Amino acid sequence: MASGSLSDNPLLTSAKVVIAGGFGVGKTTCVRSISEIPPINTEAWMTAASEPVDRLDPGIDKTTTTVAMDFGRLTIDQDLVLYLFGTPGQPRFWPMWDDLCRGAVGALVLADTRHLEGSFPAVNYFEHDIDLPFVVCVNLFDGVLTHPLDDVRAALALSADVPLTACDARDPASVARALLVAVEHTMARTGGRAALASDPRQSHQWRQHA
Amino acid sequence: MPTYWKVRPYVLTGGRTRTRQHLLVHTLVSVPYYDAVFASGLLPETRFLYEQARRTRSVAELSAVCGMSLGVTRVVVDDLAATDRLRVHSDQYASPFDYRLLERLRDGLRQLV
Ligand SMILES: Nc1nc2c(ncn2[C@@H]2O[C@H](COP(=O)(O)OP(=O)(O)OP(=O)(O)O)[C@@H](O)[C@H]2O)c(=O)[nH]1
Ligand SMILES: [Mg+2]
Repeated sequence: MASGSLSDNPLLTSAKVVIAGGFGVGKTTCVRSISEIPPINTEAWMTAASEPVDRLDPGIDKTTTTVAMDFGRLTIDQDLVLYLFGTPGQPRFWPMWDDLCRGAVGALVLADTRHLEGSFPAVNYFEHDIDLPFVVCVNLFDGVLTHPLDDVRAALALSADVPLTACDARDPASVARALLVAVEHTMARTGGRAALASDPRQSHQWRQHA
Repeated sequence: MPTYWKVRPYVLTGGRTRTRQHLLVHTLVSVPYYDAVFASGLLPETRFLYEQARRTRSVAELSAVCGMSLGVTRVVVDDLAATDRLRVHSDQYASPFDYRLLERLRDGLRQLV
């Protein structure tokens, strides 16, 4: 993996993809497998930034809480790095999700077919609460797809325009492919250009394992 | 392991929670020229952040290495940036949906597939 330090190029700029999904779905594993630095797990003190200052007094516990988030980094080029932020799983941290999603290129919602319902809140969030292109990705825990993706799509009640793919969270190339689907989806959604061809091929490829 | 403040974290910021510019969790920050004299006059927490930013880091990374909440980190970064002691890397693209940015990310990821 690349070195731990970023270059001191003053023009270095960054982009971000958010990795969401239910508890234990493989978010940290995903970040770890592709990040050039060990995932940084930090207990960020969540604050509702839009709240008036007096309500942020730490003496009032309701507006501050400690949450863990993790993130990793991927150098794309001399002047561009991509950050991956794993969201804290629990829905009560949604103000934190808003913060993490601000300025993101897109989101990857991970799902585990053994308990799909764990990812319902994340899908809900990206469908209704925020305007950020997202794709859903089944984490293939045992390397094989146990359910056809069409069944997963139906169970998640995903609309046809949300790409559904699969990855092995432990495999860097596979995670890169899932991130590629997310970036291409954002291009298709926001660039006004035709969707690129990789999604259908991707689902075919996985379906053979089913 | 950094220690996490459990009491009055906003004392360092004089109670302020807002910043002049929007600092995203992945916004990059660096020290344009390190000034040891300036550093010695800072509060310990602020000095530590200033020193950590000698290597380009994101706001979230600074928060993690300094053991400061994101909110406090943002205010401290903002204060140092206001006097040009810290460089907040400006976005080279108009938006995260800038097509050229997305193309570059796509091409970079393709190399890894
Ligand atoms: N066999 C296998 N195990 C996996 C895979 N992905 C994750 N795991 C394991 O599943 C467990 C949970 O994975 P994490 O990456 O910690 O999941 P998470 O979404 O970050 O979990 P929380 O942050 O607690 O919500 C860990 O023990 C991982 O080692 C996978 O693709 N295959
Ligand atoms: Mg995790």
